[in-house]
Amino acid sequence: MAESLEQLYQQVILDHSRQRHGAGDLEPCDGESFQVNPTCGDEVTLKVRLSSDAEGVRIASLGWEGQGCSISQASLSVLHDLVDGRPVEEVEELDALFRELMHGRGQPLGDEKLERLDDASAFVGVAKYPARIKCALLGWMALRDALVQARS
Amino acid sequence: MTSAEQAAATAGSARPLDAAELAALRADFPLLGRTVRDEKPLVYLDAAATSQKPQAVLDAERAFSSRHNAAVHRGAHQLAEEATEAYEQARAAVAGFVGVDVDELVWTKNATEALNLVTHAYLNATLGRGGAAAAEFALSAGDEIVVTEAEHHANLVPWQELCARTGARLRWIGVSDDGRLDPETFDVIGERTRVVALTHASNVTGAISPVADVVAAARAVGAHVVLDACQSAAHLPLDLHSLEVDFAAFSGHKMLGPTGVGALYGRRELLEAMPPFLTGGSMVETVTMESTTFAAPPQRFEAGTQMVAQTVGLHAAVDYLSQVGMDRLAAHEERLTRRLLDGVAGVPGVRVLGPTEPQERLAVVAFAVDGVHPHDVGQVLDDSGLAVRVGHHCAQPVHRRLGVHASARASAGIHTTEAEVDAFIEGLHRVNSFFGVAGGEHG
Repeated sequence: MAESLEQLYQQVILDHSRQRHGAGDLEPCDGESFQVNPTCGDEVTLKVRLSSDAEGVRIASLGWEGQGCSISQASLSVLHDLVDGRPVEEVEELDALFRELMHGRGQPLGDEKLERLDDASAFVGVAKYPARIKCALLGWMALRDALVQARS
Repeated sequence: MTSAEQAAATAGSARPLDAAELAALRADFPLLGRTVRDEKPLVYLDAAATSQKPQAVLDAERAFSSRHNAAVHRGAHQLAEEATEAYEQARAAVAGFVGVDVDELVWTKNATEALNLVTHAYLNATLGRGGAAAAEFALSAGDEIVVTEAEHHANLVPWQELCARTGARLRWIGVSDDGRLDPETFDVIGERTRVVALTHASNVTGAISPVADVVAAARAVGAHVVLDACQSAAHLPLDLHSLEVDFAAFSGHKMLGPTGVGALYGRRELLEAMPPFLTGGSMVETVTMESTTFAAPPQRFEAGTQMVAQTVGLHAAVDYLSQVGMDRLAAHEERLTRRLLDGVAGVPGVRVLGPTEPQERLAVVAFAVDGVHPHDVGQVLDDSGLAVRVGHHCAQPVHRRLGVHASARASAGIHTTEAEVDAFIEGLHRVNSFFGVAGGEHG
């Protein structure tokens, strides 16, 4: 099997595309977003609920429903695990890091940043395929939009 | 005999290209010689999206730009004369290629613009433009426009917009489970129908429409027929006069020609009666500060400086197709269709969206793979050098009708070989194996 294809579809991505964490958990929420990728018709509805404590605002729960390719579905599943329960401020930093990874054309991001991205760092191979970057970003776009709704 | 049967009969009597002819023909397409994704030979199976161009087309554009470039239909210098002649010769060649008269062919930038030109003729006539001569294009509430569920968005959205602006009602011919137009639904064409717009061949299912039946139904109620010939123009012998349609649209880039050029055929009396779409330079007779009179067709519909080099390229493209022979090309592609369908039928978990028999369809095969999203299908095929289309192919309604959001699509062209079809089938097995579905194993 060609190396680049294995790099794109890392095992963690294939696993998340089959076991989709957070999929279907659409409880009442503070913010909701529907996003569609017009080139392929992939779509997602994502909902977030926020909570506040002494340390600030954090994501109390996140759920989504969608249909799409393995990259978009796995990205949503990884996103769920990465941001559920985290302070919004940190989530925004992770969002920026993931974007940096996607627009890096497969260049190394540095160990510290990759470590922060955890499973999301597995999407590094996607950055080499410009047509697929939108797939990986679909869930993150929905999250950013839902957070804006939730905080307005 | 329906038009589709006629086309099939014509194709049936011609000899397909033999191996030596095909090898010689492939050498005419420089792009086919390149490799992709780590030095893999390119297998181009996306002809339905856009075709690759033979050297003759590239040479014609370059020769025009190197030697004869000038604005057409203005200026008295020698270059202007040469450019105008090349432009009008191209019109004559393309008109002849699709079986219409030279003054019935309007250049547009593509088929989408051609179809919008037609819908805007109805809109402008409805607003009173074009006077009494254009009355037969004026729509009112209660009028109906019929399209089909199989349309590319280019032959659907402009009609939706026209209905929204005029109060006309949009109705449609349905698609049956096998992806063909459903004859049971042809009765949507009735006394209120003013226009029937349909594709000659679907860019998803590959099904060739029974144009003669639809034309007969439209004629019986006095409705115009608009044909989207984008998919058929480079794959079937096309004679628009004998199809008896009123308008037809096609794009140069799908028929070995350049991007940026397409054409609208309009029956002479209709073009003469139609108000213009785009207005400005070149399409006028007399302009005063108060008002303007318009040129006769086809110039009335060709506002602004035109894409002359591209028309010259398209001229070379139709010459190339004619030299091969459209009947022989159709026979070649019918053989490829059979091989594609037979091959796909042998891959577990793959469902063809469209007729599974090679008759009355083109070598455009869209399919769904159980448990694997089309994007992922396309990615694995691409890794083997196989270029196919993924997504909804600008035809969401027909996908919805056939129960999927999107599909992958292999579409053959004049240069496709049986070995390439076999490589594609091999690629589908690899898709199953890579994603560990349909009994295959990952790795």
